[in-house]
Amino acid sequence: MERRATRVALTAWTVLVVLFLWIPLALILLYAFNKSNVESWPISSFTTHWFHAAWNSEVRSALWLSVRVGLTATGIALVLGSMAAFGVARFRFFGREAISFLLILPIALPGIVTGIALNSAFLAGHILLSTCTIIVGHATFCVIVVYNNVLARLRRSSPSLIEASQDLGADGWQTFRFVIWPVLSTALVAGGLLAFALSFDEVVVTYFTAGAQNTLPLLIFGYIRLGQQLPVVNVIAFAMILVTAIPVLLAQRLVRDAGLVRGAGAAAH
Amino acid sequence: MKRNIRGYVLLAAFTAALCVPASGVSASKGLPTSVGKGEGKLNLIAWEGYTQGQWVKPFQKKTGCKVHAHYAGSSDDMVTLMRQGGGTQYDGVSASGDASLRLIYGKDVQAVNPKLIPDFKNFIPALKSPPHNTIKGVHYGISLQWGPNTLLWNTKKVKPAPTSWSSIYSKKYKGKITVPDNPIQIADAALYLSKAKPSLKISDPYELTQTQFNAAISLLKRQKPLIKKYWALASDEIGLFKSGDAVIGASWPYQTNTLKADKVRVKDEIPKEGATGWADTWMMSAHVQHPNCMYKWMQWVSTPKVQAEQAIYFGETPANTKACSIMNKLSAGSAQQYHCGASKKYFNSIKFWKTPISKCDNGKNDCMNYSQWQQAWTQMKG
Amino acid sequence: MYLASLVALFLSSFWTVDPFTSVVQHIWNVDNYKLLWEQSAYHSIALRTVGIAAAVTAADAVLAFPVGYFMARIAGGRSRAFIFVAVLLPLWSSYLIRVYIWRLILDHDGVLNWSLRKVGLPAANIGYTNWAVWLIFTYVWLPFMILPVYGALERVPDSFLEASRDLGAGGWTTFRRILLPLALPGVIAGSIFTFSLTLGDYITPLLAGGASSQFIGNVVYDSIGSQQTPFAAAFAAVPLVVMAVYLLIARRLGAFEAL
Repeated sequence: MERRATRVALTAWTVLVVLFLWIPLALILLYAFNKSNVESWPISSFTTHWFHAAWNSEVRSALWLSVRVGLTATGIALVLGSMAAFGVARFRFFGREAISFLLILPIALPGIVTGIALNSAFLAGHILLSTCTIIVGHATFCVIVVYNNVLARLRRSSPSLIEASQDLGADGWQTFRFVIWPVLSTALVAGGLLAFALSFDEVVVTYFTAGAQNTLPLLIFGYIRLGQQLPVVNVIAFAMILVTAIPVLLAQRLVRDAGLVRGAGAAAH
Repeated sequence: MKRNIRGYVLLAAFTAALCVPASGVSASKGLPTSVGKGEGKLNLIAWEGYTQGQWVKPFQKKTGCKVHAHYAGSSDDMVTLMRQGGGTQYDGVSASGDASLRLIYGKDVQAVNPKLIPDFKNFIPALKSPPHNTIKGVHYGISLQWGPNTLLWNTKKVKPAPTSWSSIYSKKYKGKITVPDNPIQIADAALYLSKAKPSLKISDPYELTQTQFNAAISLLKRQKPLIKKYWALASDEIGLFKSGDAVIGASWPYQTNTLKADKVRVKDEIPKEGATGWADTWMMSAHVQHPNCMYKWMQWVSTPKVQAEQAIYFGETPANTKACSIMNKLSAGSAQQYHCGASKKYFNSIKFWKTPISKCDNGKNDCMNYSQWQQAWTQMKG
Repeated sequence: MYLASLVALFLSSFWTVDPFTSVVQHIWNVDNYKLLWEQSAYHSIALRTVGIAAAVTAADAVLAFPVGYFMARIAGGRSRAFIFVAVLLPLWSSYLIRVYIWRLILDHDGVLNWSLRKVGLPAANIGYTNWAVWLIFTYVWLPFMILPVYGALERVPDSFLEASRDLGAGGWTTFRRILLPLALPGVIAGSIFTFSLTLGDYITPLLAGGASSQFIGNVVYDSIGSQQTPFAAAFAAVPLVVMAVYLLIARRLGAFEAL
């Protein structure tokens, strides 16, 4: 359809952008083998020592905490986010517009604002900062990711489907099981996956809501600060890409339509 | 939407149920005279590198106190963190001198009994009751380690070797200078001015009147166009020197050692004007939840072996003089390198960090306080 | 709960701090805003933050649009899936380490200058400058722009473009009159992220910035550190207001539907 020159130019541009995204990642891998803990270019000698060093108890417990926080925050987000989306999509009520606007705020507002607002709220409420305050902090933006995904899906699916199901004599559970769930499931998977990804890599809000715990990003920041074991950080970052490639690929297969894309759009934080 | 609201009520209830354990234990009056059994847990705020497994693991094994450490990014962070959750969140903090007075006057930390720390008697005399952690004879913590803020330069690029702080204010190295991104850096400017401009009559770089303060700030403003980067993390400065982005700057011995180990040609020195320095103190929260574990921790990190291990890991100098020989055993020559058990003369050439407060030693209230330092620093960087 | 804490934060910006004990006192005043207004240093920090956020957004939009178009209209199923994963995966590697690696690329003896020297070009020397900050932000937030732009372009029916061509419109006219207006909500949706994420960040300027790279986030962070919470809240109100205005405009343009 497009002219040949346009197609070639667009292809070249896309290749360049993908390279732009991936060259730094390739360097991260390369530096994971750097023998010296002072990173410079070109790398003079290589070692696999840091791969052992990275699997220490500190990293393990931070990883475990990050996984727990991510899963719980995502779980809360799936429940609350889809409820909110149902409310906004299906019912008309006073202030509906305002609420849909307010629900956007947590992803649109800078993380540092969210972070210090929550921090001072916890302080004012005499709530000790702990794993669960991190979860609450993460849930604020995870909810929105799920909400956006589900809302977009509901908008595109017609409400008449549900009416038809009811007219045909299905009860509430059947309608949910056979009509709503098939429509929603991919949106939930996409939203949940992205919510988890966001939570897993969050630094700013976590910093202001964490107590004596280190999530993986906080631990990485600690490692970067003093630079004693910088290559360990590279190992972690690289392992993360490898490990997460699996769920991303799976989800991509699962969600063939635009669901994941829309989710990713809403994923920022 | 009702469901939705209910959802948020649920979330709030959920949060409340999960996040509000019983509130804090109040600090008991009077100093303890013995250390009881450990509570099994210890929450610390520390500098990265201060709670390494090397000495934390044996501590946990010996005392049963499981250590949770939260690394602070700056002294400001430490103060903020210590106030979290009404101060019950953390049991102790490895505060540097620019934070310790703020913690003491903010009633965030409590007095401790140095008699319960067996190694206290072996500390260098100047760190037994230093002004940054001891007020009117009351000890608000146990000194840990110290180190000077040195002048670091690349020996290939900077010739002849600099002998004065004036080199970091000189146009000669424009765009190749790096200094710490820390308001306390104003004291370095003041220290330099105290020698370079005696007419200002600066006697203590941490107690500056408005005129003296303005002079320091205007020196820093003139320095700003010469700066490559204000380093915030120790690894920043290491990277800057390694890559050649900076050739001269203010530093800690830690960076010098890391760079030397990586065969970068650098040298550091205390210039003729003297230097500022830091001294860290383990302080106990006023609302400590695990006091026995905290005392056990302070005892443990004061022992010669741990002191030496930490000194070598971080590149600093132990407070405990008994640590010097162990340092040399761990790494030959390290005790001399770090001035372990330094002479009084060397020690006195260093002006140790302390929090600037309005109340000057002259009894007047006309000194600039820390929040003024912090604001001026932000505005100077612009 | 989230809203309540935002309101509380905003209210606290009208309070003051006891200079000696650093305890917040509930005395109503506008001193914090006055300080912001009077000190020109804060103006330049706010302008720098908003300016770089806008520049990042523009750069991301320019980079992302052709990619989105390629994915939506040219690429086959396999290569689309490949690009999709290639764009999404970088988001999963730690943000901190991606910023850090860029610092190594851009610094004086870094990969960039090294490569330039190899091909005989003069060194770029943009390490530790606002250019570096801009470039790194553009890099880290790029996927957040590509994905919604792709989503929006995918929904443009082929028939629209064909109709435009049949009616004699050239490639450029079709782009300007049909494609751009239809893709705009996607671009705006992406820009909400790139813009707000840049506005609120303090870590990239801290790690990769130079001597004059303070962002609003850095000042807020430092002020909290020195117990000047009310002042921090006052300065945090700046991105809050900027974002609120931006969102209202975005809503007008229908970007929320495309989120």
